[in-house]
Order: sequence, then C-alpha cells, then structure tokens
Amino acid sequence: MSPPLEHDYLGLSEHPSSPATAVEERVLNLSATELRLGLPGSETTDRKDKVGLTLELLPLPKSFVSGGKRGFSDAIDGAGKWRFAAGKGGSEVDLGKGGGLFSPRGEMAGGGTGKPSGQGNAGKDAAVNAAGQEMKAVAQVGGSVGHDRAMAPAAKAQVVGWPPIRSYRKNTMATNPSKSKDDADGKQGLGCLYVKVSMDGAPYLRKVDLKMYDNYKELSSALEKMFSCFTIGPCGSHGIPNSDGLSESHLMDLLNGSEYVLTYEDKDGDWMLVGDVPWEMFTDTCRRLRIMKGSDAIGLAPRAMEKCKNWN
Amino acid sequence: MVGGFRWAAMFPDEVWEHVFSFLPADADRNAAALVCRAWYRIEQRSRWRVFVGNCYAVEPAAAVRRFPEVRAAAIKGKPHFADFNLVPSDWGGGAEAWVEAMAEGWPHLEELRLKRMVVSDDCLELIARCFKNFKVLSLVSCEGFSTAGLAAIAANCRNLRELNLHENEVEDNCLHWMSHFPESFTSLVTLNIACLEGEVNVYVLERLIGRCPNLKTLRLNHSVPIQRLVGLLHRAPQLVDLGTGKFAAQHHPELFSTLESAIAGCKNLKSLSGFWEAGPTYLPAIYSVMDLIEDDGLIAVAASCKLLQELRVFPSDPYGAAQPISLTEHGLVAISAGCPMLHSVLYFCRQMTNSALLTVAKNCPNFTCFRLCIMEPHTPDYITRQPLDAGFSAIVESCKHLRRLSLSGLLTDLVFKSIGASANCLEMLSVAFAGDGDAGLHYILSGCKNLRKLEIRDCPFGDQPLLDNAAKLETMRSLWMSSCSVTLGACRQLARKMPLLNVEVINERKRGLPLELQPDNCPVEKLYIYRTVAGPRSDTPSCVWILR
Repeated sequence: MSPPLEHDYLGLSEHPSSPATAVEERVLNLSATELRLGLPGSETTDRKDKVGLTLELLPLPKSFVSGGKRGFSDAIDGAGKWRFAAGKGGSEVDLGKGGGLFSPRGEMAGGGTGKPSGQGNAGKDAAVNAAGQEMKAVAQVGGSVGHDRAMAPAAKAQVVGWPPIRSYRKNTMATNPSKSKDDADGKQGLGCLYVKVSMDGAPYLRKVDLKMYDNYKELSSALEKMFSCFTIGPCGSHGIPNSDGLSESHLMDLLNGSEYVLTYEDKDGDWMLVGDVPWEMFTDTCRRLRIMKGSDAIGLAPRAMEKCKNWN
Repeated sequence: MVGGFRWAAMFPDEVWEHVFSFLPADADRNAAALVCRAWYRIEQRSRWRVFVGNCYAVEPAAAVRRFPEVRAAAIKGKPHFADFNLVPSDWGGGAEAWVEAMAEGWPHLEELRLKRMVVSDDCLELIARCFKNFKVLSLVSCEGFSTAGLAAIAANCRNLRELNLHENEVEDNCLHWMSHFPESFTSLVTLNIACLEGEVNVYVLERLIGRCPNLKTLRLNHSVPIQRLVGLLHRAPQLVDLGTGKFAAQHHPELFSTLESAIAGCKNLKSLSGFWEAGPTYLPAIYSVMDLIEDDGLIAVAASCKLLQELRVFPSDPYGAAQPISLTEHGLVAISAGCPMLHSVLYFCRQMTNSALLTVAKNCPNFTCFRLCIMEPHTPDYITRQPLDAGFSAIVESCKHLRRLSLSGLLTDLVFKSIGASANCLEMLSVAFAGDGDAGLHYILSGCKNLRKLEIRDCPFGDQPLLDNAAKLETMRSLWMSSCSVTLGACRQLARKMPLLNVEVINERKRGLPLELQPDNCPVEKLYIYRTVAGPRSDTPSCVWILR
C-alpha cells in the first residue's frame, strides 16, 4: 500500500508532514530529554534549549515522550522511586550569577517597558486608595534581551502546572499591551496559546496550550488522552493489556472509524479541518478546537472521509 | 439531666435560637448541638448557613436532612491543584447530585456558592426553576455550563441580587442571555461577568444597570470597549467595585477626559480590576492602579497606598527568559515596610534572599496569607546560595496568625521543622519541589495543629510519615500528593486502617495492569486523601481508584 502523501490530520501516517518533524521524532536521545538547570550558553551545544530541573529518572522508560506535560508520570512508570539530584543543596546546579534561572522559551514579546506614568500621585486623592482594596498588578519580568538564539519554544522543558498560574490568567498575561496588532482575542502571546477544545457530547470543555506541542501528532495524542474518557464503549479502559495504549484506545478507534473529526475555528470564523496547513500556520490562526461527529463534518471535509478509507 | 429537669424548656425555643445566632462559628454551633436533644433540635432548625468544604465529605441528602432550613450553601469540589492542570479533567466534582438534593429539600434556598465544580446547564435550569426566592449565585472556577444556562437564571430568578461568575470556563452559545432579565428586574447588586469570553450586548447591559439602583459591583469582560465604559459609569455612579473591559483604544483626547471624569464621578469607588490590554495612554485616568509593575512601581505603591491590605503580583511572562531582574525581593520588602495593614500576599518573582524574608517577617507580623512563588524550582538565596529555610522559618515564627502559606525555592527538611513547631494557626499549606525526605512531611503532620488542607507536589516524601500520622489525616479536610515517593502498599494500609478516609489513587496512564493487580511497591502518581462520612463515591472516572 502506498502511504498517503498528504498529511493525515491525526498525524498517524508513517510519513510526517515535514522533514523537520521526522528528525524530531526520531531523535529521542536521553541527553536531549534530561533536564538541568543552568544559564544559557553555559552548557554544551546539545543542551542549548533544555533548561529545567535536575532529575534523575531511574530508569528512563522508552515510552518517555516529549512534552513536559507527561514527563513526570511517565518517568514513574514501573521505575520505583526516583530522586531529586538537585535537592542536595543544589551543588550540581550551576546557578550562575544574579540567580538568572529560567526556562528560555523562545523570543519574548518585544519588551515594552510599560512603565506606568500615572502611578500613585499622592496629590490626587483617588478613591481607590481606600481600605479593602485588592490590587492586581502584573510584574513585568521583562522581555528577552540577551538571547540571540532564536529557538523554538522549549515546550518539553515545561513542568506541568508550574509556575502555579491559572491558564486563563496566563492567556491574559501573555498579551503585551504594546502590541497593537493583537485584536480583542487577547489570547495570543509568545508564552502560551490556550484554545478551547470542545467535543460533541462531552459535558464540558477543556483548554489546551498549543505552544506545548510541536506538531499535529502531539496535539492529537494529548487530545486523545484528554477526551478518551468520554468515548464510552462496551469495555472500560481498565485492564486493556497493551504495551502501546495509544492505538488501542477507544478514541482512536472511533477516529479511525471516522466517527469523530478534529476541526478548528480560524481567525475568520470559518471551521476548518485540522491538519491541512503547516503546524505554525495552524497555531497562528486557530482560535478554538472542536471534536466533531464525523457525520456533521461531511460538509467541511470530504477529504476526511477519504483519508479514513486510506488508513487501512 | 439530673432529676429529669428539662432546663432547656426554661425559655421558648425562639430565645435559644436567638442566643445561638450570636455564636460566631459553625464549630460553636456544633458544640451547642451536643449539649442536649432540645438544643440539638433547636440549633438544627435555626442553622441557615452551611459550608461544605469538600463536596464528597457528606452525602447531599444527608446534609439536607441534617439542616432542613438552610438558606445559604457554599460547596467546594475539586482539589486546589486542579487550577494548575494536575487533576484529571474527568476527576469529578459534579454539582448535579447536590443541586438535585437541594431542590428537593431546601426549596427556600437563597444563596448558592460553588467553587471548582462541574456545573451543567441542567443544574442552572434546576436552580432557576426550583428556588423561588433565589438571590445569590456565585460560581468560582467552575466549568460545564454555557450562557444558555445563564439565560435561564436571568429569566427566572426574579429577586436575584448577585450573579458572580469568577474565573469559570463558560461556553458561549447564547449571545443574548442578558436580554432574558425582564424589564421589571431591578434587584441586582453584584454582576461579575469578567470570565465570559463572548461579546456582551452593551445596550442591554446599559439598560440593565440603569434600572438597578443598588448595583455596587460591576465587573465587565474584555469585549466591552473603553468607549462604552463611560456610558456604563454614568448609569451607575454609585459603584463601589469596578472591573473594566478592554482598556485600550486609539487615542482620542476627548475620550480620555470623558473617561477620567466618569471615573471621578463614581465617588464610592473602592476597588478596581480588569484593564485588559491597558495602554499607557489611558492608565493615567486611573490613579494608583497599575498594570505592569516593577520594583519601582511597588516602591511607589508602598509610599502611597498605606491602607493596602492585599497584594497579588503575577508574572507578565511566566515562561519567558529571565531578564535583568526588574521585579525582585526588593519590591516585596518595600511593600512590607510601607503598608502596615498588609495581611495577604501572593508574589511571583525569580529571586529571593533569606535576609529579605526576615525583613518582611519583621515588618509584617500580621500576615494571614503568605504565598511566595519563586518561578524556578529549587532556587536558593541568590546571594548566599543557602536554602531559604531561614527566611520562611522567620515568616512562620513572626506571623502568629498565618493561616495560609505557599513555599517555594530551595528548602530542606529544616523549614518543615519550623513550620510544624510554629505555625499554630496554619490551615492551608502548599509545598512544591522542597524537602529532603520523609522527615519533612512528618514534621508537618505531627505539628501544625490547625492544618486543614495540605497539598504537595514533587517532593521526596514517602510512605512512613503517612502511616505514622494516619490519625492526623482524619483531622484535616484533605491531603494531595503528586509526584512524590508514595507507594500503593502504603495507600492500601492507610485505607484499611482509616475507614473514615477516602484514599483516592489517581493513575492517568492506561497501560499495564489495573491497579487492583499492581504490587505494593507500585509507585503512586497522584494521591488524594480526604475525610468523609459518605464512604467511597460512585462517580469515579477510570483513572481514579478508591482503596478500601
């Protein structure tokens, strides 16, 4: 069977959409996934864009996929105890001067300083100065200046749920007020890009950060994990003895059977089939995602049905 | 009673009810209810307000039976770490069971406050239909409903005073939900729609707030443009609390001055929030409210806002590269020195020193809530390279009324020793990436006599402190541990030993053996333990096992 040339929106095809993706998926070496603290430039070249904790994962399971989201739980799989190398006074960690610890996350929003001009004029007795005031102020931790490495966001180095900021707040924080081109969406920023995901028939929405993924395959597997609980089949997901959970899960079965189709709403408000455009273009234009029943998607994507037939 | 003398009958029930109304806390009312059957009965009938900190701690029907005259209920669902995506999305916290039981047993319910629960449109419709005198709906960090559900509330709750939607995930499928408030509806005091992502019909909003003379709190969402804010403010000059919509636009000098005077016209304004995309052009219209702030800004705040009580500083770019640090420990120290009434702080930064924390501790012994988040885990004192044990110890030793504490930075077991020994009022403790071993957790569980909620992630704490302090867990509301060193065997032991605890093991990977067949040394990814009189819940998803 000749493999389909067009990129499968689920990223299931053997042939990834671009050479870059292929390289990424195949190069899963341990040093790339090992996380360490350190200043940029103080590490060797292969450590360029991975900054984070020093954790010794004993052993590193081969199912350790990229994406900080799953890193810790995957590491625990059958691995017994795991320890923190950094816990011992941080001696292994090169912290550098000025405590410049960070996870480089790519280009920063062009650092508008946003120094407020009207701060605290003591002369003007504003009513806001009264008791019981709760101030929400945003710290400008600043834009990147010293970085000349235009690296892709190091999504893999992100720790799930850290720093402890709620996703809606991250979206609003990521909006840089000095960028006038951003419209009322206000959701886009270099730090993160949360979009809502709804699934027909599911009782509630989720949100995903598109910046956490580098390609359609990662996105689809994350969505599959998120929504597989809703595809209630005759057997539960307990006790399915498979080494590779991904292809056996119900959602994939249903998707294979073209019962569900992944679609997105773009900036113009049109609903499109996910997977048709290059990943970067997709993340730029995607406003929300919807896992639609295949029958509803017929008008949208005749190719989806065609693709499904090609999978077997 | 000695000689059977029924002393409770000395006064009519109403007198006792009136006496009980002076008891400040539910714990006191609980104690009164244990004195004699008459008091139990009287107290039961006169309890109007119920707080359920964990929706699974009691069966809804049991709660409704226990206090049949409740007018105001507050219920919380998911663990706090759900805010940071650590709890599976299908974990639970559904509101239906509660709303159905309340509709059945509390038809006179007036106030419902739900936090971190999954609330469906059906729930909202049930609320709108069943509670004839419904006045207050507050949904905080909830999900599962849409603006269609809100339309039902608007249409049917004739006496609604408060609609508070704070940080919820709301599906926008009914653009005109606000039009469902009838023209005769005038009772609104609080309207917070900041979390709604869809467009708001500003004409409808103007008419609504124009006919609600008691409106004190208005928090708009981002879709309300700055131009329309003026009209809204003119219709509600009595506002006390304002959350703006979008606060940026092309610069129009007339707009600026009309906005400035509209805001000045709200003489009672005490609280401001919102300011999405606030640009420097319009910010001067709002004195001493800042959007982006650095140390200098905080120093200015410290100099001018002497009455400041609560401060929250979030990073503008949580994942960005660290910069020539502009927001540091100096800002926090300045605030602590300049704002003597400050009692609650949430502060994100990238660097900290023990010395700064010692200064803060000395300046602010009145803290009730101190949450410090140093963005990079395991960050030590950047000058001395030492762990931040001394700094946080100073906080707990100085702030004798501290009720809530979040730790960060490089910390050893020593800090837990101080916390366990000194934090006598502490009710909630959040720990991440800290400690050396079991001793740390043991110090907490064997100390902190008022601890209610403990949430831990990524710490090297294992089985022994849990097993040694099992009884403590029954005195707490809940314990969350994720990415620690707990094994399944310990959880099984704990569950067997403590029948009044639900020991929930959360394992999201669906590979390998089901949990029942795993060996005792199988590591536990996520653990949620809470006390309950309801037994194991029946709505667990596939990734959650309740051990027995």
